[in-house]
Amino acid sequence: MSQTDAAQKLAYALRFGDTALVLSHRLSEWCGKGPALEEDMALANTALDLLGQARHWLTYAGELEAQGRDEDALAYHRNDREFFNLLLVEQPNGNYADSMVRQFYFDAWHALALRRLLASNDAQMAAIAEKALKEVSYHLRRSSDLVVRLGDGSERSHAMMQAAADALWAYTGEMFMGDAVDADAAAQGYGFDPASLRAPWLDYVREVFDEATLTLPNPDAWMHQGGKQGRHGEALSYLLGEMQVLQRSYPGAQW
Amino acid sequence: MKKEWPLWEIFIRSQHGLAHKHVGSLHAPDAEMAVNNARDVYTRRNEGVSIWVVRSADIVASSPDDKEPLFEPSNSKVYRHPTFFPMPEAVKHI
Amino acid sequence: MYAQLVETGAQRVRGTDELEGQERVFQERIDAGVKIEPKDWMPEGYRKTLVRQISQHAHSEIVGQLPEGNWITRAPTLKRKAILLAKVQDEAGHGLYLYSAAETLGVSRDALIAQLHAGKAKYSSIFNYPTLTWADIGAIGWLVDGSAIINQIPLCRCSYGPYARAMVRVCKEESFHQRQGYDLLLALCNGTPEQKAMAQDALNRWWWPALMMFGPSDADSVNSAQSTQWGIKLFSNDALRQKMVDQTVPQAEYLGLTIPDPDLKWNEERGHYDFGAIDWDEFFNVIKGNGPCNRERLATRVQAYEDGEWFREGLNAHADKQAARGAAAA
Ligand SMILES: [Fe+2]
Ligand SMILES: [Fe+2]
Repeated sequence: MSQTDAAQKLAYALRFGDTALVLSHRLSEWCGKGPALEEDMALANTALDLLGQARHWLTYAGELEAQGRDEDALAYHRNDREFFNLLLVEQPNGNYADSMVRQFYFDAWHALALRRLLASNDAQMAAIAEKALKEVSYHLRRSSDLVVRLGDGSERSHAMMQAAADALWAYTGEMFMGDAVDADAAAQGYGFDPASLRAPWLDYVREVFDEATLTLPNPDAWMHQGGKQGRHGEALSYLLGEMQVLQRSYPGAQW
Repeated sequence: MKKEWPLWEIFIRSQHGLAHKHVGSLHAPDAEMAVNNARDVYTRRNEGVSIWVVRSADIVASSPDDKEPLFEPSNSKVYRHPTFFPMPEAVKHI
Repeated sequence: MYAQLVETGAQRVRGTDELEGQERVFQERIDAGVKIEPKDWMPEGYRKTLVRQISQHAHSEIVGQLPEGNWITRAPTLKRKAILLAKVQDEAGHGLYLYSAAETLGVSRDALIAQLHAGKAKYSSIFNYPTLTWADIGAIGWLVDGSAIINQIPLCRCSYGPYARAMVRVCKEESFHQRQGYDLLLALCNGTPEQKAMAQDALNRWWWPALMMFGPSDADSVNSAQSTQWGIKLFSNDALRQKMVDQTVPQAEYLGLTIPDPDLKWNEERGHYDFGAIDWDEFFNVIKGNGPCNRERLATRVQAYEDGEWFREGLNAHADKQAARGAAAA
């Protein structure tokens, strides 16, 4: 493997790891403040699953990098320009409808992406994907179910879900936009072309929204991008500032 | 006060082949969500592989006042218990 | 403890031989160690006291999520973060199990939560203190969950079946909570001088509130005597507190931390540690609502509940629609 190949594969692994880590962080902000005790616990389970996945990805990224950085070094000692998570998952929680729609958009993509990674020629990536997919299949079932129920619920819940669906829509396009890292992943056979997930994702989201009596936003609308390349919104730096405070304040300490 | 989600009784079967066992209760808007919630609340430590949920209001229980007529009679049927029959030392595997 | 100063309504405890009729049969069952179940006859005082005690306990679990939840997003390693998140999630579960146990006594969870939100129901004083550093998370696990275990293990044998069963489940899950706290502090005490100072500071701030958790001496309390007779209180506050001190002192020594009590010393004659006087003014002040975080804790719970109303209502509306569709199709 040439040096650029290795760097691209590393970036690819970090995208999955950072995305899982940042979303897990957002979900954990709800802990103790959910709309019902049962829901509080269910969401914490999803947060724990994603955190576990992030640890697998970051540990593997550290191995690919071969600079002796472990999961914590990568999670706590990179700044926002070095994080490659999707913009969608760094969006602040908003109200619970916002958080559920964000989860649904993401889960629908995540399940498709992991399924593609099962065929990765990188055994480690395929193994992480296989384990994660079991968890994510449940996440998707749960978030789809909640979208249907709340969309087709009360007038108020319908309105809140529609507003969230519209507001977050512009952050979904990035999941399907490829760049040199994606092209390399597809060409080398360890990853896939993200554009190929767009049609099945749209089909699925449309189907769930139909059942939820929600209106699908315009698929051809303007979409934000940049997260995968390390250009984020303003929120991520705050998120990392909070997450990393102890590691940064006490360099070299063991916890 | 707004309407509260109804209460459900949760039964879990572990992987060891024993019957479903009552583990507790929770609130959910309907049966399907009760199953989901039960998964998230009561199987966080590998407790089970199968979930039953029953609306608490649908459970028909025997009355405590019937305790004597229902359960006393079985007290006098000690012969149903194997320890009622002492076996000679020499007899094995029985 | 998680339920403090529980009112029983009793003026004087009557012995079993002073009781008559159903009440006597009830007390004889308790004396014989037979569990009371939801449909059994029970004195109104027993029912009301249990509702108070179990719901206070439940409120403590869910309010107790907040001080520790405060550090989930700042946990210093991903492993510690996962442990803390799982731990705080467990506390939500404990609240859920306990509310369910209270519901078997004929009150709804919403009604109990409304009492909490109206400021009419108590929860443990301990959760009104702030978590200022990461070491506080260790101190809570070690001291607060540690104290909770001391209190809750006997409650697994209490006279009311659903409460006892909930406690069995809680205790099973609780065992890792205390250990993760101690393990966290061990890492700090084996770390840099700054980390060790952080641990000592946490112990300094949490030690006395942790001792207060058990409540004032109840040796002369008619409420405690009544609860003891009913089998829903098994040891006195002082006995539980002594047990906590006795088991904790050597653990602190192992960490190399100093318990902030100059009067603390081993009493050979008693076979226990003697310890200094507790500032009960502080305790009653916190109970009255004047602790450092009472206002925020309650406000956070109220807001979470109010913000979630559309969610709970929306799911109800969908369930009703589905049921109507099912009925129409049938
Ligand atoms: Fe607890
Ligand atoms: Fe605990």
